[in-house]
Amino acid sequence: MTGRVQLYAGGMLSAVFLVAAAVSLVWVPHDVAALNIAERLRPPGGDYVLGTDQFGRDLLSMLMVGARSSIAVALVAVGIGMGLGVPLGLIAAANRGSLIDEIIMRGNDLIFAFPALVIAILITAVFGPSAVNAILAIGIFNIPVFARVTRGGALSLWTLDYILAARVAGKGPARISVEHILPNIANLLIVQGTIQFSLGILAEAGLSYVGLGAQPPTPSWGRMLAEAQTMIYTTPRLAILPGLAIVLMVLGLNLMGDGLRDALDPRLRRAAR
Amino acid sequence: MIGVEGLSVAIHGARVLTDVSFAVERGQIAGLVGESGSGKSMTALAMMGLLPHGARASGAVRLDGTDLLQLSEAQMCDVRGRQIGMIFQEPMTALNPVQNIGDQVAETLVIHGVASRAEALREAGKRLNRVGLPAARFPLTRYPHELSGGQRQRVCIAMAIALRPQLLIADEPTTALDVTTQARILDLLKGLVEEERMGLLFITHDLAVVAGLADRLAVMRRGEIVEQGAAAEVLAQRRHPYTRALFEAATHRPDPVPAAAEAPLLRVARVERSYPQARHSLFRRPPPFRAVKGVSFDINRGESVGLVGESGCGKSTLTRAILGLDPLQGGEIRLDGQAVTAGERMPAPLRRKMNIVFQDPYGSFNPRHRVGRLIAEPFHLTGRPDDAETRVAEALSSVGLAPGDAVKFIHEFSGGQRQRIAIARALITRPELIVLDEAVSALDVQVRAQILDLLADLRRRFGLSYLFVSHDLHVVRAITDRVLVMRAGEIVEAGPTERVLHAPNHDYTKALLAAAPELEVPR
Repeated sequence: MTGRVQLYAGGMLSAVFLVAAAVSLVWVPHDVAALNIAERLRPPGGDYVLGTDQFGRDLLSMLMVGARSSIAVALVAVGIGMGLGVPLGLIAAANRGSLIDEIIMRGNDLIFAFPALVIAILITAVFGPSAVNAILAIGIFNIPVFARVTRGGALSLWTLDYILAARVAGKGPARISVEHILPNIANLLIVQGTIQFSLGILAEAGLSYVGLGAQPPTPSWGRMLAEAQTMIYTTPRLAILPGLAIVLMVLGLNLMGDGLRDALDPRLRRAAR
Repeated sequence: MIGVEGLSVAIHGARVLTDVSFAVERGQIAGLVGESGSGKSMTALAMMGLLPHGARASGAVRLDGTDLLQLSEAQMCDVRGRQIGMIFQEPMTALNPVQNIGDQVAETLVIHGVASRAEALREAGKRLNRVGLPAARFPLTRYPHELSGGQRQRVCIAMAIALRPQLLIADEPTTALDVTTQARILDLLKGLVEEERMGLLFITHDLAVVAGLADRLAVMRRGEIVEQGAAAEVLAQRRHPYTRALFEAATHRPDPVPAAAEAPLLRVARVERSYPQARHSLFRRPPPFRAVKGVSFDINRGESVGLVGESGCGKSTLTRAILGLDPLQGGEIRLDGQAVTAGERMPAPLRRKMNIVFQDPYGSFNPRHRVGRLIAEPFHLTGRPDDAETRVAEALSSVGLAPGDAVKFIHEFSGGQRQRIAIARALITRPELIVLDEAVSALDVQVRAQILDLLADLRRRFGLSYLFVSHDLHVVRAITDRVLVMRAGEIVEAGPTERVLHAPNHDYTKALLAAAPELEVPR
């Protein structure tokens, strides 16, 4: 599959979920908090496009609201990772080889040394399960990823002549980092951002599956899976639909990440021609 | 033995080669000369069957009667390496950094199935010995990073001749090397051609390099061969105007700039620069490596001084210290009476008085900024003046570009134009000293001649001083009043350029001069 096709397919897949999440902010077909036992386990069709669950809640509405919380958690988590990781990486690269660089990068290694999900479970277990704690837990583990990518990209740029020219022009490391380094590693960061975003969605689904994410009655894809578990033989639709949503969203983001990398990397762009 | 007959190549419909014909015989060296973009490398790639995607070749490349253009990819794989070997310009990237040199040379033999691994390694040892890397000093287990540029190029040659090919194609094999290293590599290639009775196609942009080497010479321009014949004849008669232009560019010297007054602008006194070395033992710190050992010299106002030496002699380290980028370990540097200190402690008004132009016109600019912003960068030192845009336009016109170029991106310019932009950037704060770090080494001879003219002209108009850093004494001759020869961190000879070039005192200067290829200028 060429980069362009990947980019469009991934972008379209992701856009479907983004639009669904955005629409759910103002309108959903049915209220997701209201239980309606009389309408329980309705098959798809009619008033309920994707049917209802064992409490009579509309599955489509739940998926839409679930997309919203998944995306919100992943987005804020990536934001935390980028917001702290990128400056740390830039600082480390600007002071390469110094004590500051050592401290930052060994701190990174320390966070990397812990299994992310286990620590996330620990954090939510200690501070109580909630969407905010899930965001924090996932966000913290994004920091070292972005710090490393940033430092790696920045290090190779620091040896270039135009950086030397900027130093001859009297510019300090902070200014050089923002003006010359950051724009030239932006493509790396965008690609890493999409990949971390999809990992964030998976992590959110995992945490809410074990009950440590968004709390009821807010629907989330992970908990929908967990609740459908007991009925997987009688009404498989209840497990298949949220599972499919997770798979398609992550697939879409990964395809988009790959496509973006091909589109933004001038070396690959040249090779494709 | 190999004949290129009416070779034309088009890439996506655009003509890059038109009706190219020449022949290389066994035991003969054929030179292919032209500026960059003239199609020299494309000719070599077509002969090897390595054209880029979308390229279509017509005509014929006959190797002992077989037309290589008609062979399948699998058949070409057998021809490459076995019958035609190739060496490239950049020895730093032509070798695999994670494989030792023995394995890399042996690989060619193993792939073509002529030897088992053990035999191949024995043969590799012999080949490396032949190219001047004796096993006693350079065992097969050495890795590329343990070798210098010239030594790596020798490994590349050993790989190319491992199977004793009939034809060796050398694409600018010495352009990235120092003059002394270049002379040794040229000797090696010459010896190999005689000994192995192979043909050598030598591709270069510099007439001076092939002048003493080639038996036959073809001059190429815009995808066509404009003149070819016996090398001596082509060089002596220069029938085609392009050959004449190339010849004049190679020997070009700008009009002399009147001598300057005796007023020192830059004083470098007993400067020491050293680096900490890598530790080999946990308990002992190795002594620091002294890259610059107590160097002293002056540059007068309006004077142009050359600093010449091989790579690794400490000239770049010294340059960085003069620009106040790295701290000194001893001595002092004064610009206009004020001490140069490293880092941000250096006052901006002092920093404004000097600037630098780098060797590589491609790595010198942030690709995401427009030319106007690139040139205006040094205004950081003075504060952006109100007439910044006029000043940028002035700087662009003074280097021979249009003021309208300020809104373009750097990738829209050629190497020579980029070097002009680099000079414009260096001029923008109206400095007094410009450091030219190999500023013309990466350029074609004709572009080089233009840039040298520009530099001489700017010096006359603005009373600039230059520190011209280079590995080539002959480039320095064209543009400097005085020259300093540097070796292993020390200045071994200093004096007026003409005196040093005609009556060198130090053996090292003599060696440098002997190594530099020179075209005889008929007067």
